[in-house]
Amino acid sequence: MKNNIKIQTRNYGFYYGNTKVLADIDMDILKNSTTAIIGPSGCGKSTFIRTFNRMNDLIVNAKVAGEIKIDGIDIYKDNIDVVDLRKKVGMVFQRPNPFPKTIYENIVYGPRLHKRCTKQQLDNIVEVSLKKSALWDEVKNKLRGSAMELSGGQQQRLCIARVLAVDPEIILMDEPASSLDPISTQRIEDLIDELKENYTIIIVTHNMQQAARVSQKTAFLLTENIGEPAKLIEYDNTDKIFTNPSDKRTENYITGRFG
Amino acid sequence: MKRKNLIQKFWNYFLLFVTFIVVVFVLGIIIYVIIKGWPALSWEFITQKPAAGMREGGIFPAILGTLYLIIGTIIFSLPIGIFAAIYLNEYASKNRLTRIIRLSIVNVSGVPSVVFGLFGLGFFVIFLNFGKSILAGSLTLALLILPVIITATEEALKTVPNSYRQASLALGATKWQTITKITLPQALPGIITGSVIGIGRAAGETAPIIFTVAAFSQPNLPNSIFSQVMALPYHLFVLATQLPNAPEDMQWGTALVLLIMVLFFATIGTVVRTRSRLRRVNL
Ligand SMILES: Nc1ncnc2c1ncn2[C@@H]1O[C@H](COP(=O)(O)OP(=O)(O)OP(=O)(O)O)[C@@H](O)[C@H]1O
Ligand SMILES: [Mg+2]
Repeated sequence: MKNNIKIQTRNYGFYYGNTKVLADIDMDILKNSTTAIIGPSGCGKSTFIRTFNRMNDLIVNAKVAGEIKIDGIDIYKDNIDVVDLRKKVGMVFQRPNPFPKTIYENIVYGPRLHKRCTKQQLDNIVEVSLKKSALWDEVKNKLRGSAMELSGGQQQRLCIARVLAVDPEIILMDEPASSLDPISTQRIEDLIDELKENYTIIIVTHNMQQAARVSQKTAFLLTENIGEPAKLIEYDNTDKIFTNPSDKRTENYITGRFG
Repeated sequence: MKRKNLIQKFWNYFLLFVTFIVVVFVLGIIIYVIIKGWPALSWEFITQKPAAGMREGGIFPAILGTLYLIIGTIIFSLPIGIFAAIYLNEYASKNRLTRIIRLSIVNVSGVPSVVFGLFGLGFFVIFLNFGKSILAGSLTLALLILPVIITATEEALKTVPNSYRQASLALGATKWQTITKITLPQALPGIITGSVIGIGRAAGETAPIIFTVAAFSQPNLPNSIFSQVMALPYHLFVLATQLPNAPEDMQWGTALVLLIMVLFFATIGTVVRTRSRLRRVNL
């Protein structure tokens, strides 16, 4: 069981300036599975997952408290190389944000940053990544066409392929389907289901059904009183959270959303 | 309802009219210069040195001088301006210091060019002992247009969506890689536009170069960056006001050549910009 844990947070808290937005989060996130983060808007879900690849470093005056370990190593220790961390922990954003370059260039962008590759290796990375993200058949004949001409759903799968191309171990997804139509959403969900075999996925979503469909574990964050930091109310197997939650507040939240 | 439509119509036509006036004036000036200057233009005019006390012959030394000054200005102002803008927009935190820096940049662009000339004379020509030279002139012109280039570059960088920067950083790019591979290429069209405007202004400035580089007459071609040169704007001034009986068509010819050179640089800028934009859209 122990070595099944990919990410571990202890006493985790987060500050924007003097405002503490998250507090006391202890969580063990399992390897090769999908963990969903749910909770009302503004409770700090994005803030929380952006700590795993230290994207929060970009915000001035933002501060992390407590411990976050990935593979047993505290990622906020001084000797951690953020570039290595972000290679290992990829991120898919809420709005598809391909670079205004070709489909091919979008995918090789990451690998090219990190090592010298031959043309053949790059071609190979492009094909493998696009196949993994279920986009290959749709774009294999227009790899040199602009990524901006793809549909929103295709763009988001391209962004996933772009992340896969750097060969991460963890993939963070912040509401990856919230700007997509139902069919595209379905495809992203299917994709997440496949990817969890080989990657550790953490997904933020407002859509309860989506959390129930794609995840094995679900964490519920909630700010109880305005001005206080949000806390981890319940963290358990997804089945349990959605059928028989232990906490009244969890039940209120998910039934409110369902109803 | 009817009244509203009428007012709407009035403003439409009024704005059209104002735009029309602007276009007429710009075109008018250009056409006038072409008509007046055309007769003076000849192979001899643009390739020969002045003769007969500059009342005959050509203006080649002045063309070359202005070309050197443009190139020198580009060399000094573009890198510094672009790096400064990158620092301000991508690195500097938004605090009092950067506000002061920005404010000074805006204010510097309001300083009359003759003051730059005086500064160039005092600092580059005399204090640094460059003498009246291409080097001193280029540096002075570069200072003059730095605010334009910094401001334009900063505006261009601001138009690049943050989501591109985030995507790049999240893939493990460093900040500098993100700037060189994503942000700058995206901002390039805007940077070019700003630079062309700045360089066009530098090419036509007279006051700063009188103090720092321009020679009344210097038929010998420059042989180093410490040479003094003739330059088109000053030569034009000399022909028009300092030389009694200078043929009028030589003045207009000189003006036309200056205009062509500036337009030439603007065209290069436009071509590069359009191509990079096409690349962005189509590829
Ligand atoms: N850069 C920032 N500076 C200061 N406060 C911030 C910043 N970003 C977010 N916050 C605050 O932190 C809290 C959590 O924000 P966050 O974006 O993490 O919430 P969220 O759960 O992702 O919300 P949503 O579901 O709407 O995306 C909010 O109260 C927000 O106002
Ligand atoms: Mg969010």
